[in-house]
Amino acid sequence: MENYISLFVKAVFIENLALSFFLGMCTFIAVSKKISTAMGLGVAVMVVQAITVPANNVVYHALLKEDALSWIGITGVDLSFLALLSCIGMIAALVQILEMILDKFFPALYHALGVFLPLITVNCAILGGSLFMIERDYNFGESVTYGVGSGLGWALAITVMAGVREKLKYSDIPAGLQGLGITFITAGLMSLGFMAFSGIQL
Amino acid sequence: MSAILNDETKKVLVTPLVNDNPITLQVLGICSALAVTSQMSTSLIMALALTLVTACSSAAISAIRNHIPSSIRIIVQMTIIASMVIVVDQILKAFAYDVSKQLSVFVGLIITNCIVMGRAEGYAMKNPPLESFMDGIGNGLGYSLILVIVAFFREILGSGKLLGIEVFKLVKDGGWYDPNGLMLLPPSAFFIIGLIIWGMRQWKPSQAEKVEYKIMSIAHGEGGHH
Repeated sequence: MENYISLFVKAVFIENLALSFFLGMCTFIAVSKKISTAMGLGVAVMVVQAITVPANNVVYHALLKEDALSWIGITGVDLSFLALLSCIGMIAALVQILEMILDKFFPALYHALGVFLPLITVNCAILGGSLFMIERDYNFGESVTYGVGSGLGWALAITVMAGVREKLKYSDIPAGLQGLGITFITAGLMSLGFMAFSGIQL
Repeated sequence: MSAILNDETKKVLVTPLVNDNPITLQVLGICSALAVTSQMSTSLIMALALTLVTACSSAAISAIRNHIPSSIRIIVQMTIIASMVIVVDQILKAFAYDVSKQLSVFVGLIITNCIVMGRAEGYAMKNPPLESFMDGIGNGLGYSLILVIVAFFREILGSGKLLGIEVFKLVKDGGWYDPNGLMLLPPSAFFIIGLIIWGMRQWKPSQAEKVEYKIMSIAHGEGGHH
């Protein structure tokens, strides 16, 4: 249990996907102008991350890993080089399915999140989460924890960023630095703040 | 040579470097870029990998552009790009294992790098293979330029070295330079990119985006109260 809590805290704060691995930066910069949209996207990323990381974990352990096919009698086959292709395919398919399910059963939620869902397929944070899961060889339980935690961390980062940027637009910034430039520097300062969490040991 | 490099090819090769840089102007592809810039060697490899992937996948997509049904074009593009990235990843694992370990997941993340997708969707789907290839090289080089600049400052200020060769002699080895540890940590990459953008926009003011709110200068002293 302790193992899972520590992994969760690590995924949310210390190894925050956005601020310490720079993942999902394109959307992080582009969609963080208003708190409400940022939060919508954050929730969508969290949901997708919580589904795709465990799903990719199952596929990887059942089909791709070295000797994983021994359950159907094939041994000595290592398909792990296909992991990239299978991960991105899995993500694209799951996002599509999620979109259909939301449209059918939760129309209100679909309209709130609808715009962001196609964007999420090409969000590096989602693919990055699955690839980290493979690299660190998480088991199923750990991959669920990591998926939820890293998604939450990303959502937290983009929401805070949007909050800062909403205030920032009233401040007097040198002309060339306005917009993109100051956004990067703000992200840097936030990243510096999140580094303080690395002192936490559980 | 001049027959191959006609005006169009030259244009697509050169404009992405400064005038239409994918990172500083279009804000694409910063996702996987910044994490590898704490060392010059990893960022050079990463830049090379991305340039090759962009160029080859643009050329491949452009070659079959008239046969892709538009409803499934994203998936087709993804598959082509992912296959290219797998090739690059395997080559790196075979010939430069240490670098591939340091780059960890970031080679794989070239798949979702917006530059690759953006060029495939925005240029290769409408233009013939050779131009698309050159466009890919140009945008890859624009990305490489920023990556190398960031890596240059981070490595030389963070550890006093360039490509692993000592440039500044460190204090702990009896020299004079006290390395700035912050430069090796993630936040410094954000700062350097921010400053590069600032510099670029001072140099070419037309690149600045439209301002939503402007602070009004107060002409006379009693502007504060209403």
